[in-house]
Amino acid sequence: MLTSFISVLYDGFAYGMLLFVLSVGLSVTLGMMNFVNLAHCAFAMLGGYVTVTMINHLGWPFLATLPIAFLAAAVASVLLERTLYRSLYGRSDLDHCLLTIGIVFVSVAGAAYIFGTLQQPIQVPSWLRGTWVVGNLTFGVYRAFLIVVGLALAAALIVSLEYTRFGATVRAAVDNQRMARGLGIDVDRVFMLTFALGSGLAGLGGALAIEIVGLDHSFALHYLIYVLIVVSVGGMGSIWGSFVAAVVLGVSDMAGKYWLPQLGSFLIYLVMVGILMWRPLGLFGKR
Amino acid sequence: MAEAAPRGMTDWIASRARWRIGEIVFWLACLLPLLPAQYLPSFLQPFWIFDRYLQLLSQIAITALFAISLDLILGYAGVVSLGHAAFFGLGAYAAGLISKFWFTDPLLGLLCSALLAGALGYISSFVILRFHGLALIMITLGLGQLLAEAANSASWLTGGADALQGIRAGKIFGVFEFDIYGQTAYIYALVVTFLVFLVARRITNSPFGMSIRGIRDNSRRMLAIGAPNQQHLRRVFTIAAAMAGVAGALLTQTTQTCSLETLNFQRSADVLVILILGGVGRLYGAMAGAIIYMIARDIFSDVNPQYWYFWIGLLLIAVVRYMPDGLLGGLSFLGSKLRRS
Repeated sequence: MLTSFISVLYDGFAYGMLLFVLSVGLSVTLGMMNFVNLAHCAFAMLGGYVTVTMINHLGWPFLATLPIAFLAAAVASVLLERTLYRSLYGRSDLDHCLLTIGIVFVSVAGAAYIFGTLQQPIQVPSWLRGTWVVGNLTFGVYRAFLIVVGLALAAALIVSLEYTRFGATVRAAVDNQRMARGLGIDVDRVFMLTFALGSGLAGLGGALAIEIVGLDHSFALHYLIYVLIVVSVGGMGSIWGSFVAAVVLGVSDMAGKYWLPQLGSFLIYLVMVGILMWRPLGLFGKR
Repeated sequence: MAEAAPRGMTDWIASRARWRIGEIVFWLACLLPLLPAQYLPSFLQPFWIFDRYLQLLSQIAITALFAISLDLILGYAGVVSLGHAAFFGLGAYAAGLISKFWFTDPLLGLLCSALLAGALGYISSFVILRFHGLALIMITLGLGQLLAEAANSASWLTGGADALQGIRAGKIFGVFEFDIYGQTAYIYALVVTFLVFLVARRITNSPFGMSIRGIRDNSRRMLAIGAPNQQHLRRVFTIAAAMAGVAGALLTQTTQTCSLETLNFQRSADVLVILILGGVGRLYGAMAGAIIYMIARDIFSDVNPQYWYFWIGLLLIAVVRYMPDGLLGGLSFLGSKLRRS
């Protein structure tokens, strides 16, 4: 019992780190611009396909492809922001949802057209494969890698948001956009940079996710629901909230799959509905 | 309250409720597919393909009914829902289970399904209407998924992934049997859709419908003039849920199948897309969306089901970007421009 408990905690925590990297960008941009960007996971999928292509066709090593995945998703998101999103900022939540879900549909069909509908195989380096055995417990090495990356990113994001000038402008724009504009902060520029950073992180998350959950054309739609759950449970605009929500969700999803497989994903929806009933703005949401 | 309203106001409401020629023509045209080909002039007969597509046409009627029920809460009351399939699926399973274990009369089954779905709508409205924005979208999605997962686990009752087995089809009024050509099914679906449409039309043109629109546009001002907002929203949510239940029950009764597909997220998302494409906040928008979407899906998904969503996605982007009121809204905007020039 104890061993299974520890391995559920370990796998769930690693999975939570993955969800955190995938969703933190959406949380911050939602908090800042109130723009519901359902295409966030499409950027993650783009990052995943960039990594797969570079490893399998160009022979790059896994780690070297990660920054490229980040950059590709960031650049793509800025292009879309400039052309499509910008004209919709004054419109309702529903319009944002519909436009971006349209982008998701197009990206899913496009990925199926270019890469086919099969799971994309990748080779991670040998030092990331395999397991460590401690007593009768086994720990996957790649999951440890995920935990390290996730914790490092969370720490870097929280520190830079709290202690850098750019972080201060981001916080100002999230807390009170009009006041921030009044103080001379170029909110549109800050938003564009944050949006690029958040989408880039999603792209990185998509690349990191391949080894754990696989990558196929429906990734953009399938993980969208998980990401939205993390954002709404954690509270919009809160990095720490996303972190906690991602861990809670990762562990409860893993626990559900391990102990109550017949319930399917019943448990995570139950956790989400329960938390939202208790705190409609999410665990750390302010408005 | 209607008696106290000034004369101009009641006239205005009555003028909105008047039937227009286009509407009458539209509903009469829905009867055309029932015309057997041999009564037509012979040069038209090869082109008369409707009777081969009666099953698709019943599906369109049912989808239109489902879209109308979503339009009541989304278009008129402004409550976004990504879990509307919960009521559709409940109605579908209720109709199936009633015919399997209890009685086979379709109309009574329809009524029971509507009552059940309405009851679920009333209960869930206490939870759902507390939320706004993203949390509202997520809570409706979460509740819908919970019901879908529950139906999946309760396979002793619902048949789980193998769909519900043993649905029996009774005769309508004890006389009309469901035939293999789908003629009875089409008439049945069409008549029920028309009757529910009448109810929806009456609601949207009533003072109650006006108050709901008022809540959508400015809920604080409605509170200030003394409207019981929560009570109104709960009522319209219950009505919409019952209508969705009727649509689900119709699907079970006309196809004699009932699977988990009636409950899943795809159905909630599809009906939202249909409504947006047709035009939110206008009942004929829901109908137009259902007709266009279902026919286009029938054509494109034969070619390749995967790329079907590519076109839907492009259409969504174009509609949101250039026609915020949907296809019908865009058409009426063009019409009013032409008339003015």
